[in-house]
Amino acid sequence: MHEYSIVQSLMQSCEENARANNATQITKVVVKIGVMSGVEPQLLQTAFDTFKEETICSNAEFIMTMQSLKIWCNDCKGEYILPKDTYNCPQCAGVELDILDGEDIYLMQLEMV
Amino acid sequence: MCTDCGCSTRGTQEKAHEHLHDNPQLNDTKTISVIQKILDKNDHEANHNRSHLDNNGVLGINLMSSPGSGKTALLEALSEIAKFKFAVVEGDLETSKDADRLISKGIDAVQIQTGSACHLDAFMVHKGLHDISLDAIDVCFVENVGNLVCPASYDVGTHLNIVLVSIPEGEDKIAKYPVMFRQADLILITKTDLLPYFEYDIEAEKKEARRIKPNVDILEINTKDTNSIQKVADWIEFKQKMRG
Ligand SMILES: Nc1nc2c(ncn2[C@@H]2O[C@H](COP(=O)(O)OP(=O)(O)OP(=O)(O)O)[C@@H](O)[C@H]2O)c(=O)[nH]1
Ligand SMILES: [Mg+2]
Ligand SMILES: [Zn+2]
Ligand SMILES: [Zn+2]
Ligand SMILES: [Zn+2]
Repeated sequence: MHEYSIVQSLMQSCEENARANNATQITKVVVKIGVMSGVEPQLLQTAFDTFKEETICSNAEFIMTMQSLKIWCNDCKGEYILPKDTYNCPQCAGVELDILDGEDIYLMQLEMV
Repeated sequence: MCTDCGCSTRGTQEKAHEHLHDNPQLNDTKTISVIQKILDKNDHEANHNRSHLDNNGVLGINLMSSPGSGKTALLEALSEIAKFKFAVVEGDLETSKDADRLISKGIDAVQIQTGSACHLDAFMVHKGLHDISLDAIDVCFVENVGNLVCPASYDVGTHLNIVLVSIPEGEDKIAKYPVMFRQADLILITKTDLLPYFEYDIEAEKKEARRIKPNVDILEINTKDTNSIQKVADWIEFKQKMRG
């Protein structure tokens, strides 16, 4: 259950961003979860709900968007979305791929007062 | 050993302070676009760990697998034959059994105390690195917590990942834990001496691994077969040479 440690890092970022913007409350947190990031959205939601009490996020809405695997194929020079975990170019079957998105988790947006 | 530890936290605090006086309007709802990796502090610390290793010409290798796939047994077997000198940062969290096993073989091993964490992160490994004489070794292994899920999300600051999977765990592990096997530079299929007792199609598993990570290196090992352990040592020595 590393979702708990991920939420702790997230709360830390929220607090830093709030401080930097003179805000006292965060009202909305938007995160992007790569399908191959190893993070389970349901577990992350549970972890967020558990930890938000007594933090600057206690009244925050938590929005998760899932990010598919986005790649650049160095063989046929195209950008594609891959089916979950098969790392072949869907166009030319090439394997010289640059991963553009879908393997990480990002904090995208914060709404604060 | 470390002159610039904590630079990550210092950096953000200064930045936060600069921005502190920018926004006088209170009580207005404000939406800001952030776009930052949630684990960016861990990643920063991981890069810091890598520079410790690089400054000492040490190759860092993160060993990951389910509990009991043979990580410690591999390290014990390597100590008998490896030409490179190595130390181990042990992530066996509840006891120091694994570190004690290694120390009794004459290997420099440090135990990280982290309580109940299900993975190592770069901060924990950093502490471990401070207790190792990096100038005396060529390779530093990190034996991660036995777990095929959580460790995959954390860069601990090594250069390479070796992921082990043992025959008794069954055929579906690679397909079930793609995020972990995607991280592998080398996959070791371990305990091949037990093949006669299990249904296990090694070729099918290799194919599955290469669907997730095309071109990944894969070796079959068994601790009683010195040749198979020698191949792992050869792979590591090759990687050492390729980094100069
Ligand atoms: N038959 C056989 N048994 C092995 C082999 N390698 C390891 N084992 C056994 O598997 C068991 C677990 O091995 P460990 O090396 O402790 O596994 P580990 O991955 O370090 O385990 P944790 O640190 O608890 O996650 C031990 O009883 C080993 O003797 C092998 O190649 N063949
Ligand atoms: Mg062990
Ligand atoms: Zn976990
Ligand atoms: Zn292509
Ligand atoms: Zn340091």
